[in-house]
Amino acid sequence: MIPNRNVHPPPVQSPRARWAVGIIGITAVVATALTVWLGLWVTPPDQSQGDLVRLVYIHPGVAWVALYLAFALAAVSSLLYLWPRTRSMFWDRLAAASVEVGVVFNVCTLISGSIWGKPTWGVWWAWDARLTSTAVLLVLFLGYLALRRVPAEPDVRAKRSAFVALFAAVDIPIVHFSVLWWRTLHQGATVLNPNLSPTIHGSMAWTLLLGFVAVTLVFVWMLLVRYRIGVLEDYLGTGELDVALRERQAEGAVTDEEEAA
Amino acid sequence: MWRDTVLVAGKDLRIEARSKVALSQVAPFGIVALVLFAFALGPDRGLMAKGAPGLFWVAVLFCTVLAVQRSVSVESADGARDGLRLSGLDPAGLFLGKSAAVAAQLVVLEAVLAGGVILLYGAKVEVPWLIVVSCLLGTVGLAATGTLYGALSAGIRVRETLLPFLLLPIAAPVLLAGTRIWQAAMAGGTASDGSPWLRLLVVFDAVYVALGIVVYGPIQESA
Repeated sequence: MIPNRNVHPPPVQSPRARWAVGIIGITAVVATALTVWLGLWVTPPDQSQGDLVRLVYIHPGVAWVALYLAFALAAVSSLLYLWPRTRSMFWDRLAAASVEVGVVFNVCTLISGSIWGKPTWGVWWAWDARLTSTAVLLVLFLGYLALRRVPAEPDVRAKRSAFVALFAAVDIPIVHFSVLWWRTLHQGATVLNPNLSPTIHGSMAWTLLLGFVAVTLVFVWMLLVRYRIGVLEDYLGTGELDVALRERQAEGAVTDEEEAA
Repeated sequence: MWRDTVLVAGKDLRIEARSKVALSQVAPFGIVALVLFAFALGPDRGLMAKGAPGLFWVAVLFCTVLAVQRSVSVESADGARDGLRLSGLDPAGLFLGKSAAVAAQLVVLEAVLAGGVILLYGAKVEVPWLIVVSCLLGTVGLAATGTLYGALSAGIRVRETLLPFLLLPIAAPVLLAGTRIWQAAMAGGTASDGSPWLRLLVVFDAVYVALGIVVYGPIQESA
């Protein structure tokens, strides 16, 4: 349903913003391609882990985005939304975009971790502290997204979601410590402790660093695009209301004429 | 604030005393859960006793969801929620009162479930006070988080399905800590075995009770 353009002009992205998003997107693609090339062809295989080590160029970067960047961004923007002085739909949309993209990165973290875990540990999944925390974080994120899908007024939805993000943000450190103790009190120094980076240097270190940059750029680009989609979704939402109002008015007009006749 | 707390808690507990929903539905549900866990594990009593602490807390979490649903639904009819909002009661008192009512019901449920676990699973408890303390601490945290999420989901039509999804992962630390303390208590461990977990429960309680006191008012306005 396309809204009435005279009543609600579509939100326009400034040329400068469009240009910036494009540049970030292209840089992200180039950095990712470079990481793939360096990671798969240029860098040598690891002495003990062989070609498996190549996952280290992607996995930590993805995990950093999923576990720290996306989550912190969502928590901070939710808090800024709740703070009356800084309340604006900008923060709500930013939190929503951050969580949604964060979920994708979280799943990628778990998948790439599993691919590494199967040959190294012999199992796809281990109840390691980090894995468990990551999984709990994913479930909390999914709950946030489920709540956002509940139909509601935009400001009611924004407020509810911000509260849920806040409660989850407060819970994460507690979950982290409880899971850590759960493992460490359960059994001593775990054999599953991922000891990934023994004296990493040279081309491997540079590729690892580039991997972080590339993944972060991909995240930023996806975030910006998702934010834009959020703006357009809200625009369509107001448009639907607009159309419904006009339909009701049209019904009224018909009955008035009939009454007159 | 405290006067309002007592008023609201008294109201909810009076409703419970007259309708007996928690007693006649939630507590039997907890027992059913315990029996089903036993079926799932098989008739090996050693295995059941070993799993008893975790199963106890899982049953408590399920019962918490039901108790919170009930606590929300008593406000949903006849515009009771708007009535409360307009009554001029302090939101912090409202939060504490509703939490206290849920907590009081949960303590009774936990007593029933603990009895069930000891009788049905043959769990032997060496240090009973450790379990009592952990249950009380865990209950405060569960009631506080439950009341917060209950208020948040009050106006939502799909509340019944959404609430467990939101609440249970948040309550995961309570399950972990409670289970470990039970295990320490069953193994005859000293308080020091359970003390990091007791501290964790205290932190969890403090964080969510404080958060609830601060944000319950704004949550009510948005629901």
